[in-house]
Amino acid sequence: MNVTRGFTGRPRANNAGLPPGQYDAGDDWPVLSAEVTPDLAPADWTFRVDGLVAEERTWSWEQAHALPASAYEGDIHCVTSWSKFGVRFGGVSLDAFLDAVRPDASATHAVAYSHSGYTTNLPLADLTGGRAWIAWEYDGKPLPAEHGGPARLIVPHLYFWKSAKWIAGLRILDHDEPGFWEQNGYHARGNPWEEQRYSGD
Amino acid sequence: MTETFVPPTRFAVPGRIAVSNRAAATWQTATLTEIRRETPHAATFRFAVPHWTGHLPGQHLMLRLRAEDGYLAQRHYSIASPPDDAGHIELTLDHVEGGEVSGWFHTVARPGDSVEVRGPLSGFFAWPGDRPALLIGAGSGVVPLMSMLRHHRARDLDVPLRLLVSARTSEALIYAREYGEETTPVFTRGAPDGVPVGRMAAAHVAPLLAEQPPGGWEAYVCGSNGFAEHVSRLLVEAGQPVDRIRIERFG
Repeated sequence: MNVTRGFTGRPRANNAGLPPGQYDAGDDWPVLSAEVTPDLAPADWTFRVDGLVAEERTWSWEQAHALPASAYEGDIHCVTSWSKFGVRFGGVSLDAFLDAVRPDASATHAVAYSHSGYTTNLPLADLTGGRAWIAWEYDGKPLPAEHGGPARLIVPHLYFWKSAKWIAGLRILDHDEPGFWEQNGYHARGNPWEEQRYSGD
Repeated sequence: MTETFVPPTRFAVPGRIAVSNRAAATWQTATLTEIRRETPHAATFRFAVPHWTGHLPGQHLMLRLRAEDGYLAQRHYSIASPPDDAGHIELTLDHVEGGEVSGWFHTVARPGDSVEVRGPLSGFFAWPGDRPALLIGAGSGVVPLMSMLRHHRARDLDVPLRLLVSARTSEALIYAREYGEETTPVFTRGAPDGVPVGRMAAAHVAPLLAEQPPGGWEAYVCGSNGFAEHVSRLLVEAGQPVDRIRIERFG
Protein backbone atom coordinates (compact mmCIF):
# COMPACT_ATOMS: atom_id res chain seq x y z
CA MET A 1 0.00 0.00 0.00
CA ASN A 2 0.97 3.65 -0.33
CA VAL A 3 2.58 5.51 2.54
CA THR A 4 -0.05 7.19 4.75
CA ARG A 5 0.70 10.92 4.70
CA GLY A 6 2.20 12.08 7.99
CA PHE A 7 2.03 8.70 9.72
CA THR A 8 5.15 7.80 11.68
CA GLY A 9 3.82 5.21 14.14
CA ARG A 10 5.09 4.35 17.56
CA PRO A 11 8.79 3.63 18.13
CA ARG A 12 9.65 0.38 16.39
CA ALA A 13 9.81 -2.60 18.66
CA ASN A 14 13.03 -4.42 17.95
CA ASN A 15 11.22 -7.57 18.72
CA ALA A 16 11.63 -10.70 16.69
CA GLY A 17 8.84 -12.17 18.80
CA LEU A 18 6.20 -9.92 17.26
CA PRO A 19 4.22 -11.64 14.47
CA PRO A 20 3.26 -9.59 11.39
CA GLY A 21 0.59 -6.95 12.01
CA GLN A 22 0.79 -7.23 15.81
CA TYR A 23 1.74 -4.64 18.43
CA ASP A 24 3.00 -5.06 21.98
CA ALA A 25 0.18 -4.44 24.47
CA GLY A 26 2.67 -4.08 27.32
CA ASP A 27 0.95 -4.56 30.68
CA ASP A 28 -2.55 -4.54 29.19
CA TRP A 29 -4.52 -7.75 28.83
CA PRO A 30 -7.73 -6.93 26.96
CA VAL A 31 -10.79 -9.14 27.50
CA LEU A 32 -12.68 -9.94 24.31
CA SER A 33 -15.18 -12.71 25.15
CA ALA A 34 -18.40 -12.51 23.16
CA GLU A 35 -20.55 -14.12 25.83
CA VAL A 36 -21.53 -13.51 29.43
CA THR A 37 -18.71 -14.55 31.80
CA PRO A 38 -19.90 -17.77 33.48
CA ASP A 39 -20.02 -17.86 37.28
CA LEU A 40 -18.26 -21.19 37.70
CA ALA A 41 -16.76 -22.47 40.97
CA PRO A 42 -13.70 -24.75 40.79
CA ALA A 43 -15.75 -27.46 42.54
CA ASP A 44 -18.22 -27.37 39.63
CA TRP A 45 -15.56 -27.33 36.91
CA THR A 46 -15.03 -30.51 34.91
CA PHE A 47 -12.93 -31.35 31.86
CA ARG A 48 -14.00 -34.15 29.52
CA VAL A 49 -12.26 -35.72 26.52
CA ASP A 50 -14.43 -37.89 24.30
CA GLY A 51 -15.15 -38.78 20.67
CA LEU A 52 -12.61 -40.89 18.79
CA VAL A 53 -10.70 -42.17 21.82
CA ALA A 54 -10.09 -45.58 23.40
CA GLU A 55 -11.49 -44.40 26.73
CA GLU A 56 -13.71 -41.35 27.24
CA ARG A 57 -12.91 -39.57 30.49
CA THR A 58 -14.03 -36.69 32.69
CA TRP A 59 -11.73 -35.07 35.25
CA SER A 60 -12.84 -33.11 38.30
CA TRP A 61 -10.87 -30.10 39.57
CA GLU A 62 -9.04 -32.34 42.08
CA GLN A 63 -8.36 -35.12 39.56
CA ALA A 64 -6.96 -32.66 37.04
CA HIS A 65 -4.74 -31.09 39.69
CA ALA A 66 -3.35 -34.53 40.54
CA LEU A 67 -1.71 -34.70 37.08
CA PRO A 68 1.92 -33.54 36.70
CA ALA A 69 2.16 -29.74 36.84
CA SER A 70 3.33 -27.96 33.70
CA ALA A 71 3.62 -24.26 32.84
CA TYR A 72 3.75 -22.18 29.68
CA GLU A 73 6.09 -19.21 29.79
CA GLY A 74 6.19 -17.08 26.67
CA ASP A 75 4.05 -14.88 24.47
CA ILE A 76 0.41 -14.75 23.36
CA HIS A 77 -1.08 -13.14 20.26
CA CYS A 78 -4.68 -11.94 19.82
CA VAL A 79 -6.22 -11.64 16.36
CA THR A 80 -7.33 -8.09 17.21
CA SER A 81 -3.61 -7.15 16.83
CA TRP A 82 -2.26 -7.07 20.38
CA SER A 83 0.47 -9.39 21.59
CA LYS A 84 1.59 -9.89 25.16
CA PHE A 85 5.11 -10.93 26.03
CA GLY A 86 6.46 -13.04 28.87
CA VAL A 87 3.22 -14.37 30.32
CA ARG A 88 3.15 -17.39 32.62
CA PHE A 89 0.26 -19.85 32.72
CA GLY A 90 0.35 -22.73 35.21
CA GLY A 91 -1.62 -25.95 34.85
CA VAL A 92 -1.19 -29.31 33.17
CA SER A 93 0.03 -30.22 29.71
CA LEU A 94 -2.82 -31.33 27.46
CA ASP A 95 -0.68 -34.36 26.61
CA ALA A 96 -1.40 -35.73 30.10
CA PHE A 97 -5.14 -35.81 29.32
CA LEU A 98 -4.77 -37.07 25.76
CA ASP A 99 -2.35 -39.83 26.77
CA ALA A 100 -4.97 -41.05 29.27
CA VAL A 101 -7.77 -41.32 26.67
CA ARG A 102 -5.63 -42.60 23.76
CA PRO A 103 -7.01 -40.98 20.57
CA ASP A 104 -7.78 -43.36 17.68
CA ALA A 105 -5.38 -43.62 14.76
CA SER A 106 -8.11 -41.98 12.62
CA ALA A 107 -8.30 -38.88 14.84
CA THR A 108 -7.14 -35.67 13.09
CA HIS A 109 -8.90 -32.74 14.79
CA ALA A 110 -10.67 -31.65 17.95
CA VAL A 111 -13.41 -29.23 18.85
CA ALA A 112 -12.66 -27.54 22.16
CA TYR A 113 -15.82 -26.43 23.96
CA SER A 114 -16.44 -24.27 26.99
CA HIS A 115 -18.81 -24.27 29.92
CA SER A 116 -20.27 -21.15 28.26
CA GLY A 117 -21.04 -22.96 24.99
CA TYR A 118 -18.12 -21.44 23.07
CA THR A 119 -16.43 -23.75 20.57
CA THR A 120 -13.20 -23.64 18.55
CA ASN A 121 -11.63 -26.22 16.24
CA LEU A 122 -7.99 -27.33 16.23
CA PRO A 123 -5.86 -29.87 14.41
CA LEU A 124 -4.81 -32.57 16.89
CA ALA A 125 -1.18 -31.84 15.96
CA ASP A 126 -1.58 -28.36 17.49
CA LEU A 127 -2.74 -29.86 20.79
CA THR A 128 -0.02 -32.48 21.29
CA GLY A 129 3.75 -32.55 21.76
CA GLY A 130 3.87 -30.07 24.62
CA ARG A 131 2.19 -27.25 22.67
CA ALA A 132 -1.08 -26.95 24.65
CA TRP A 133 -2.12 -26.73 28.29
CA ILE A 134 -5.12 -26.68 30.58
CA ALA A 135 -4.25 -23.68 32.77
CA TRP A 136 -5.73 -22.49 36.06
CA GLU A 137 -3.03 -20.06 37.14
CA TYR A 138 -1.80 -16.80 35.66
CA ASP A 139 1.38 -15.31 37.06
CA GLY A 140 1.20 -17.69 40.03
CA LYS A 141 -2.36 -16.69 40.99
CA PRO A 142 -5.75 -18.26 40.22
CA LEU A 143 -6.87 -17.41 36.69
CA PRO A 144 -9.53 -14.63 36.90
CA ALA A 145 -13.01 -15.51 35.60
CA GLU A 146 -12.94 -12.86 32.86
CA HIS A 147 -9.76 -14.45 31.51
CA GLY A 148 -11.29 -17.93 31.52
CA GLY A 149 -10.99 -19.06 35.13
CA PRO A 150 -11.32 -21.50 36.79
CA ALA A 151 -9.50 -23.08 33.83
CA ARG A 152 -8.88 -22.42 30.14
CA LEU A 153 -7.17 -24.04 27.22
CA ILE A 154 -3.82 -22.48 26.26
CA VAL A 155 -2.56 -22.98 22.69
CA PRO A 156 -0.09 -20.09 22.55
CA HIS A 157 1.33 -20.71 19.07
CA LEU A 158 -2.09 -19.92 17.53
CA TYR A 159 -4.18 -16.73 17.81
CA PHE A 160 -5.63 -16.56 21.28
CA TRP A 161 -9.29 -17.17 20.31
CA LYS A 162 -8.19 -20.83 19.99
CA SER A 163 -7.30 -20.85 23.71
CA ALA A 164 -10.90 -21.46 24.81
CA LYS A 165 -11.88 -19.90 28.15
CA TRP A 166 -13.86 -21.86 30.76
CA ILE A 167 -12.78 -25.04 29.01
CA ALA A 168 -15.23 -27.92 29.45
CA GLY A 169 -13.94 -30.53 27.06
CA LEU A 170 -12.49 -31.73 23.80
CA ARG A 171 -14.42 -33.75 21.24
CA ILE A 172 -11.90 -35.76 19.19
CA LEU A 173 -12.87 -36.03 15.49
CA ASP A 174 -11.59 -37.48 12.20
CA HIS A 175 -12.35 -34.25 10.32
CA ASP A 176 -12.23 -30.47 10.79
CA GLU A 177 -15.38 -28.71 11.91
CA PRO A 178 -15.56 -24.93 12.35
CA GLY A 179 -16.15 -23.56 15.83
CA PHE A 180 -17.77 -20.30 16.96
CA TRP A 181 -15.46 -17.65 15.48
CA GLU A 182 -14.56 -19.90 12.57
CA GLN A 183 -18.26 -19.89 11.59
CA ASN A 184 -18.17 -16.11 11.91
CA GLY A 185 -15.52 -15.43 9.31
CA TYR A 186 -12.29 -16.28 11.14
CA HIS A 187 -9.55 -18.57 9.87
CA ALA A 188 -9.74 -22.33 10.45
CA ARG A 189 -6.24 -22.57 11.95
CA GLY A 190 -5.18 -19.07 13.03
CA ASN A 191 -1.38 -19.16 12.86
CA PRO A 192 -0.13 -15.65 13.79
CA TRP A 193 3.17 -16.09 11.95
CA GLU A 194 1.25 -16.70 8.71
CA GLU A 195 -1.21 -13.94 9.68
CA GLN A 196 -4.18 -16.32 9.29
CA ARG A 197 -6.79 -13.94 10.75
CA TYR A 198 -9.83 -14.43 8.52
CA SER A 199 -11.17 -17.07 6.16
CA GLY A 200 -9.27 -16.66 2.92
CA ASP A 201 -6.05 -15.38 4.55
CA MET B 1 -19.03 -39.31 12.10
CA THR B 2 -21.23 -36.99 10.09
CA GLU B 3 -23.25 -35.23 12.79
CA THR B 4 -22.02 -31.77 13.66
CA PHE B 5 -20.84 -31.50 17.23
CA VAL B 6 -23.09 -29.40 19.44
CA PRO B 7 -21.77 -28.55 22.91
CA PRO B 8 -23.96 -29.37 25.93
CA THR B 9 -24.39 -25.68 26.78
CA ARG B 10 -25.09 -22.92 24.28
CA PHE B 11 -24.86 -19.20 24.03
CA ALA B 12 -25.72 -16.81 21.25
CA VAL B 13 -24.71 -19.09 18.43
CA PRO B 14 -24.65 -19.19 15.55
CA GLY B 15 -23.63 -15.85 14.13
CA ARG B 16 -26.37 -13.85 12.50
CA ILE B 17 -25.08 -13.98 8.94
CA ALA B 18 -22.74 -15.73 6.59
CA VAL B 19 -19.61 -13.65 6.14
CA SER B 20 -18.08 -13.04 2.73
CA ASN B 21 -14.60 -14.51 2.74
CA ARG B 22 -13.64 -12.57 -0.35
CA ALA B 23 -14.57 -9.15 1.02
CA ALA B 24 -12.86 -9.84 4.32
CA ALA B 25 -9.67 -10.99 2.61
CA THR B 26 -9.22 -7.94 0.35
CA TRP B 27 -7.56 -4.68 1.36
CA GLN B 28 -9.02 -1.66 -0.41
CA THR B 29 -8.38 2.06 -0.43
CA ALA B 30 -10.63 4.31 1.65
CA THR B 31 -10.37 8.05 0.99
CA LEU B 32 -11.23 10.46 3.77
CA THR B 33 -13.92 12.90 2.64
CA GLU B 34 -15.09 14.56 5.86
CA ILE B 35 -14.26 14.89 9.56
CA ARG B 36 -17.02 15.76 12.04
CA ARG B 37 -16.32 16.59 15.68
CA GLU B 38 -18.64 14.60 17.99
CA THR B 39 -17.26 15.36 21.46
CA PRO B 40 -14.00 16.84 22.81
CA HIS B 41 -12.44 13.37 22.49
CA ALA B 42 -14.27 11.72 19.60
CA ALA B 43 -14.71 12.54 15.92
CA THR B 44 -16.41 10.89 12.98
CA PHE B 45 -14.35 10.16 9.88
CA ARG B 46 -16.23 9.68 6.61
CA PHE B 47 -14.60 7.72 3.79
CA ALA B 48 -15.34 7.04 0.17
CA VAL B 49 -14.82 3.32 -0.45
CA PRO B 50 -16.02 2.80 -4.03
CA HIS B 51 -15.82 -0.99 -3.96
CA TRP B 52 -17.33 -1.48 -0.50
CA THR B 53 -19.61 -4.53 -0.78
CA GLY B 54 -21.89 -3.38 2.02
CA HIS B 55 -22.17 -4.48 5.64
CA LEU B 56 -24.70 -5.20 8.32
CA PRO B 57 -25.16 -2.92 11.33
CA GLY B 58 -22.82 -4.00 14.13
CA GLN B 59 -20.02 -5.32 11.92
CA HIS B 60 -16.48 -3.98 12.03
CA LEU B 61 -13.52 -3.60 9.70
CA MET B 62 -9.77 -3.70 9.91
CA LEU B 63 -7.92 -0.51 9.00
CA ARG B 64 -4.22 0.00 8.39
CA LEU B 65 -1.76 2.86 8.05
CA ARG B 66 1.71 2.66 6.54
CA ALA B 67 4.78 4.68 7.55
CA GLU B 68 7.61 5.60 5.15
CA ASP B 69 9.84 2.77 6.40
CA GLY B 70 7.13 0.22 5.62
CA TYR B 71 5.89 -0.06 9.21
CA LEU B 72 2.20 -1.02 9.29
CA ALA B 73 -0.26 -0.39 12.10
CA GLN B 74 -3.65 -2.06 11.93
CA ARG B 75 -6.71 -1.86 14.17
CA HIS B 76 -10.28 -3.10 14.28
CA TYR B 77 -12.99 -0.42 14.27
CA SER B 78 -16.77 -0.72 14.40
CA ILE B 79 -18.65 0.80 11.49
CA ALA B 80 -20.90 3.69 12.54
CA SER B 81 -22.79 4.28 9.31
CA PRO B 82 -25.81 2.29 8.14
CA PRO B 83 -25.54 -0.14 5.21
CA ASP B 84 -27.44 2.06 2.75
CA ASP B 85 -24.78 4.78 2.63
CA ALA B 86 -23.68 3.63 -0.82
CA GLY B 87 -19.94 3.78 -1.44
CA HIS B 88 -19.25 5.45 1.89
CA ILE B 89 -18.54 4.30 5.43
CA GLU B 90 -18.12 6.25 8.65
CA LEU B 91 -16.00 5.46 11.71
CA THR B 92 -16.18 7.32 15.01
CA LEU B 93 -12.87 7.20 16.86
CA ASP B 94 -11.91 8.18 20.37
CA HIS B 95 -8.59 9.96 20.64
CA VAL B 96 -6.73 7.35 22.69
CA GLU B 97 -3.83 8.75 24.72
CA GLY B 98 -0.63 7.58 23.04
CA GLY B 99 -2.63 5.76 20.35
CA GLU B 100 -0.61 5.68 17.15
CA VAL B 101 -3.61 5.15 14.86
CA SER B 102 -6.26 7.24 16.63
CA GLY B 103 -3.57 9.87 17.24
CA TRP B 104 -2.91 10.14 13.51
CA PHE B 105 -6.61 10.47 12.78
CA HIS B 106 -7.14 13.18 15.38
CA THR B 107 -4.03 15.26 14.77
CA VAL B 108 -2.83 14.67 11.19
CA ALA B 109 -5.64 13.35 8.99
CA ARG B 110 -7.50 15.66 6.61
CA PRO B 111 -9.90 15.13 3.71
CA GLY B 112 -8.11 13.63 0.73
CA ASP B 113 -5.92 11.33 2.81
CA SER B 114 -6.26 7.64 2.13
CA VAL B 115 -5.92 4.55 4.29
CA GLU B 116 -6.66 0.88 3.65
CA VAL B 117 -9.55 -1.18 4.99
CA ARG B 118 -10.75 -4.77 4.74
CA GLY B 119 -14.18 -5.97 5.68
CA PRO B 120 -16.87 -6.15 6.76
CA LEU B 121 -15.78 -8.61 9.44
CA SER B 122 -17.54 -10.98 11.84
CA GLY B 123 -21.16 -12.06 11.82
CA PHE B 124 -21.65 -12.41 15.55
CA PHE B 125 -22.43 -8.82 16.55
CA ALA B 126 -24.42 -8.09 13.40
CA TRP B 127 -28.07 -7.06 13.53
CA PRO B 128 -29.93 -7.55 10.24
CA GLY B 129 -32.99 -5.72 11.57
CA ASP B 130 -35.03 -8.88 11.99
CA ARG B 131 -35.38 -9.23 15.78
CA PRO B 132 -36.34 -6.80 18.56
CA ALA B 133 -33.08 -5.14 19.56
CA LEU B 134 -32.11 -4.06 23.06
CA LEU B 135 -28.88 -2.08 22.65
CA ILE B 136 -26.70 -1.05 25.59
CA GLY B 137 -23.45 0.82 25.09
CA ALA B 138 -20.96 3.03 26.89
CA GLY B 139 -18.56 5.60 25.51
CA SER B 140 -17.44 4.68 22.01
CA GLY B 141 -19.22 1.34 22.54
CA VAL B 142 -22.27 3.12 21.15
CA VAL B 143 -20.70 3.20 17.67
CA PRO B 144 -21.85 -0.20 16.32
CA LEU B 145 -25.20 0.29 18.08
CA MET B 146 -25.63 3.62 16.24
CA SER B 147 -25.25 1.80 12.94
CA MET B 148 -28.20 -0.35 14.08
CA LEU B 149 -30.28 2.65 15.14
CA ARG B 150 -29.58 4.51 11.89
CA HIS B 151 -30.48 1.38 9.90
CA HIS B 152 -33.73 1.05 11.86
CA ARG B 153 -34.63 4.63 10.95
CA ALA B 154 -33.43 4.57 7.36
CA ARG B 155 -35.51 1.46 6.60
CA ASP B 156 -38.42 2.61 8.77
CA LEU B 157 -38.43 -0.80 10.49
CA ASP B 158 -41.27 -1.54 12.86
CA VAL B 159 -39.41 -4.18 14.89
CA PRO B 160 -38.87 -2.73 18.41
CA LEU B 161 -35.49 -1.11 19.17
CA ARG B 162 -34.33 0.48 22.42
CA LEU B 163 -30.96 2.03 23.24
CA LEU B 164 -29.42 2.65 26.64
CA VAL B 165 -26.25 4.72 26.27
CA SER B 166 -23.86 5.56 29.07
CA ALA B 167 -21.51 8.56 28.99
CA ARG B 168 -19.47 10.39 31.63
CA THR B 169 -21.14 13.75 30.93
CA SER B 170 -23.55 15.24 28.40
CA GLU B 171 -20.53 16.80 26.62
CA ALA B 172 -19.02 13.32 26.24
CA LEU B 173 -22.18 11.77 24.80
CA ILE B 174 -21.41 10.75 21.22
CA TYR B 175 -24.21 11.42 18.66
CA ALA B 176 -26.12 13.43 21.30
CA ARG B 177 -28.22 15.27 18.69
CA GLU B 178 -29.36 12.08 16.94
CA TYR B 179 -31.17 10.29 19.76
CA GLY B 180 -34.94 10.12 19.93
CA GLU B 181 -37.66 8.44 21.94
CA GLU B 182 -35.97 5.05 21.64
CA THR B 183 -32.92 6.16 23.63
CA THR B 184 -32.24 6.66 27.33
CA PRO B 185 -28.91 8.33 28.12
CA VAL B 186 -27.23 7.53 31.45
CA PHE B 187 -24.64 9.96 32.83
CA THR B 188 -22.03 8.64 35.25
CA ARG B 189 -20.17 11.86 36.22
CA GLY B 190 -22.17 14.91 35.29
CA ALA B 191 -25.65 15.39 33.87
CA PRO B 192 -27.85 18.22 32.67
CA ASP B 193 -30.04 19.86 35.33
CA GLY B 194 -32.73 17.56 36.61
CA VAL B 195 -31.11 14.38 35.27
CA PRO B 196 -29.75 11.96 37.88
CA VAL B 197 -26.06 10.99 37.90
CA GLY B 198 -24.98 7.38 38.37
CA ARG B 199 -23.93 4.23 36.60
CA MET B 200 -26.20 1.95 34.59
CA ALA B 201 -28.38 0.03 37.06
CA ALA B 202 -31.13 -2.55 37.34
CA ALA B 203 -33.65 0.31 37.29
CA HIS B 204 -32.59 1.18 33.73
CA VAL B 205 -32.78 -2.41 32.48
CA ALA B 206 -35.83 -3.77 34.33
CA PRO B 207 -38.52 -1.66 32.60
CA LEU B 208 -37.24 -2.72 29.18
CA LEU B 209 -37.26 -6.40 30.11
CA ALA B 210 -40.72 -5.99 31.62
CA GLU B 211 -42.09 -4.97 28.20
CA GLN B 212 -41.08 -8.10 26.30
CA PRO B 213 -41.74 -7.83 22.55
CA PRO B 214 -42.96 -10.94 20.71
CA GLY B 215 -40.05 -13.39 20.58
CA GLY B 216 -38.13 -11.46 23.24
CA TRP B 217 -35.19 -9.06 22.98
CA GLU B 218 -31.87 -9.77 21.31
CA ALA B 219 -29.45 -7.86 23.56
CA TYR B 220 -26.32 -6.23 22.14
CA VAL B 221 -23.83 -4.90 24.70
CA CYS B 222 -20.77 -2.88 23.68
CA GLY B 223 -18.18 -1.02 25.73
CA SER B 224 -15.21 -1.58 27.97
CA ASN B 225 -14.78 -4.96 29.62
CA GLY B 226 -15.81 -3.54 33.00
CA PHE B 227 -18.99 -2.08 31.52
CA ALA B 228 -19.77 -5.28 29.61
CA GLU B 229 -19.32 -7.43 32.72
CA HIS B 230 -21.56 -5.11 34.76
CA VAL B 231 -24.34 -4.82 32.18
CA SER B 232 -24.36 -8.49 31.19
CA ARG B 233 -24.88 -9.36 34.88
CA LEU B 234 -27.72 -6.82 35.13
CA LEU B 235 -29.37 -8.37 32.09
CA VAL B 236 -29.05 -11.94 33.38
CA GLU B 237 -30.37 -10.92 36.81
CA ALA B 238 -33.32 -9.22 35.12
CA GLY B 239 -34.19 -12.43 33.29
CA GLN B 240 -32.58 -11.95 29.87
CA PRO B 241 -31.51 -15.43 28.59
CA VAL B 242 -27.72 -15.84 28.44
CA ASP B 243 -27.94 -17.10 24.87
CA ARG B 244 -29.68 -13.88 23.77
CA ILE B 245 -26.87 -11.58 24.91
CA ARG B 246 -24.17 -10.63 22.40
CA ILE B 247 -21.16 -8.79 23.76
CA GLU B 248 -18.46 -6.80 22.04
CA ARG B 249 -15.75 -5.68 24.44
CA PHE B 250 -13.42 -2.88 23.46
CA GLY B 251 -9.90 -3.93 24.41
